[in-house]
Amino acid sequence: MSNELEFLSRYVAKGKLSRRDFLGRAAALGVSATFANNLLASAARAEGPIKGGHLKAGLQGGESSNVLDPALNLSQVNFNFGKCWGELLVDMKPDGTLENRIAEAIESSPDAKTWTLKIRKGIEFHNGKEVTADDVMATIERHADANSKSAALGILQGIDTMKVDGSEVIITLKDPNADFPYLMADYHLVIQPNGGKDDPNAGISAGPYKVTVNEPGVRYGGEKFANYWQGDKLGHADQIEIVVINDPTARMSALQGGQVHMINRVEPKIVDLLKRAPGVTIQAASGRGFYPFNMFCDTAPFDNNDLRMALKLAMDREEMLDKILRGYGEVGNDMPVNRAYPLFSDDIEQRKFDPEKAAEYYKKSGHSGSILLRTSEVAFPGAVDAAQLYQQSCAKAGIKIEIKREPGDGYWSEVWNKQPFSLSYWGGRPTQDQMYSTAYISSADWNDTRWKRPEFDKMVIAARGELDEAKRKQMYRDIGVMMRDEGGLIVPFFNQYIDATGKGVQGWVSNPNQEMCNGYALAMCWLEA
Amino acid sequence: MSSPILKLVAQRIALGFVLLFAVSVLIFVGTQILPGDVAQSILGQAATPEALANLRAELGLNEPAYLRYLHWLGGVLTGDLGTALTSGHDISDSIGGRLGNTLFLAACAATIAVPLAILLGLLAVRYQNGPIDKLISALALASTSFPEFFIGYLLIYFFAVKWQFFPGISTVYDGMPFLDRLQAVVLPATALTLVVLAHMMRMTRAAILNVMQSAYIETAELKGLKPFDIIRKHALPNAIAPVVNVVMLNLAYLVVGVVVIEVIFVYPGMGQYLVDHVAKRDVPVVQAVGLIFAAVYILLNIVADIASILANPRLRHPK
Repeated sequence: MSNELEFLSRYVAKGKLSRRDFLGRAAALGVSATFANNLLASAARAEGPIKGGHLKAGLQGGESSNVLDPALNLSQVNFNFGKCWGELLVDMKPDGTLENRIAEAIESSPDAKTWTLKIRKGIEFHNGKEVTADDVMATIERHADANSKSAALGILQGIDTMKVDGSEVIITLKDPNADFPYLMADYHLVIQPNGGKDDPNAGISAGPYKVTVNEPGVRYGGEKFANYWQGDKLGHADQIEIVVINDPTARMSALQGGQVHMINRVEPKIVDLLKRAPGVTIQAASGRGFYPFNMFCDTAPFDNNDLRMALKLAMDREEMLDKILRGYGEVGNDMPVNRAYPLFSDDIEQRKFDPEKAAEYYKKSGHSGSILLRTSEVAFPGAVDAAQLYQQSCAKAGIKIEIKREPGDGYWSEVWNKQPFSLSYWGGRPTQDQMYSTAYISSADWNDTRWKRPEFDKMVIAARGELDEAKRKQMYRDIGVMMRDEGGLIVPFFNQYIDATGKGVQGWVSNPNQEMCNGYALAMCWLEA
Repeated sequence: MSSPILKLVAQRIALGFVLLFAVSVLIFVGTQILPGDVAQSILGQAATPEALANLRAELGLNEPAYLRYLHWLGGVLTGDLGTALTSGHDISDSIGGRLGNTLFLAACAATIAVPLAILLGLLAVRYQNGPIDKLISALALASTSFPEFFIGYLLIYFFAVKWQFFPGISTVYDGMPFLDRLQAVVLPATALTLVVLAHMMRMTRAAILNVMQSAYIETAELKGLKPFDIIRKHALPNAIAPVVNVVMLNLAYLVVGVVVIEVIFVYPGMGQYLVDHVAKRDVPVVQAVGLIFAAVYILLNIVADIASILANPRLRHPK
């Protein structure tokens, strides 16, 4: 029976049998409509992408103040549009490994200090010029310049010298870093002609779409780039369009009304409603983003590890996940990394809600009186509710939490990283090293838990330079355990990227690195005929 | 006769300029009190101290406030609104398109709302205290009492999602055919109409009813005119001053108060533009938009003033 159905589903995909006839035959064979539809979807995938059409996305995270310069890309719309017109040296695959793009290969010297980027030949910019090693070096130079405003400036600070040798760029680092290739996957590092030094906002790179419309905060449009080097894999639709829709309800109605084919940032509390809408598919991908409760390890009363432990044990992670994220996420373990990272050891014991033990630690800490926790709606969706839930679970352990709701305006400049106990979010980084280096070593600018331990810094730096994977994995296990048992962050959960697609959208491959298939949704999806 | 009127009008306009100047000071002071600074907001959570220092120096944020005010005022007077700090775009250029969109939406809403409100007001007077009057008042008051986002979402739910008559998002852009543009703004214009309708309708009704007590209306009735003709020919012209006033106030609201509707319908107008830049502390843009809103408001109020002067013989011929 199923052989016959599969055969028929391929017929539908080729357009030789109508969808309705197929579903009729399926029903006659006693197959549920859901199963039959799934079969159709996989047949359509197997049949390969359908070229042409006008694919539209309605996305949150665009303002009229945005510019095309990839160095200044921070919001979601620019990130997604950047993946449409821009091309990177390498990018992250769904399994967390790297895919070579403009770089044909990235090789290291045995000490992980000198890296050679081999530039692929025959890739063309939208302006007709070929991508050269000089363009690549100019790009990295522009972002790494001490006066640059690039968001990638921080990760490029380890570069000592750079030079071009034929079709290779040779980069020497100040200190060994086995993760260097991952740094090159940063979405700001879009390769531009002469590195974008002439006109960073030109919107010219080597991606699948040429920029045709650039109306910040309103909409963006792209037209298929005929000479795209990977035309069989990306860039199926003739035209792509991003409509900026910052209001969640408007995004939902635009998807349901068929004005856009895909949307990002579906709020967990409405997922169940949207799921029931005809033709809508929820696309969830577990990611690396997490929502920590940050305590300053050097500020009283949080400088006492017994108190920190009490506060960690008083967190009911399961309830939090269930009520705040409606299950669209996974519980955290008081460290900033999870299964989605390469070289993660998943045998570290999961911390559980234990009010008795929390009360014990609390008593041992000698603290009395209430503890002030600062929160705001902008920390993450549901942050105020999360603080209240936490207040209740702490009360069960006899710990009194006082909540202060801060205005969203200025939360990131006045509260986060300034006040000793507050809620925050982290979008995650491609590698464990980057996550720890960004926020948990003594010298980090964003050390938002004031975690300053020379021995910890040494462990992170040693792991960074280790090329032996097995050893490195063990090192990261030790780092994670130390963070979990002594660090200043409580991690209730890691979130998921929840996007949604409408009728007839095919080719979606979810990717834990970022929302919207790591930004490639518009380039990799196609519309069913 | 003309000179006292001209004098009055000139006075009003001069007063408008003084007001506008005062508003400019208020706007500038207001934007200085906002917490956080521009550089921090542009770079967001991802700000490093180096990047912050670079950006601050580049934006000239280290100058004292009064100097920045004078620079700004000088620019405004010569028609230069400056450049947006966040994007580096010329503000006059960016605002031009946005203001056009906002005025287009306001014009569409006004074209429906003003005649409809006045007509409904006349009908309500004609059938005063009857079922028609009560029905009109009840519906108009109900539509005004609902918050505008609720009306917006109701319209989207029925007309865009359920029946799919009209688009639920009203993105318009340059070079869009006029009919497409009209279709795109049907829902936001309807929502705005519902929001402003009752105010104008009730005022028309009240103003005319006031006049209806006068002796000359009785005369008109006695000479046998039809009730609707009495209202149209004799009552309305004499009630025009308060009606024009309230119409102008509502027109001003259509321009400066549409932030919520623009956000819900994703309409690229001034409100959305302002909200984006307030969030980013892009002070020059906030100041420019604030000034334009204030100018629109003051201008429409001057028009209302002048109209009521012209419509009122007692003001036209002061003793």
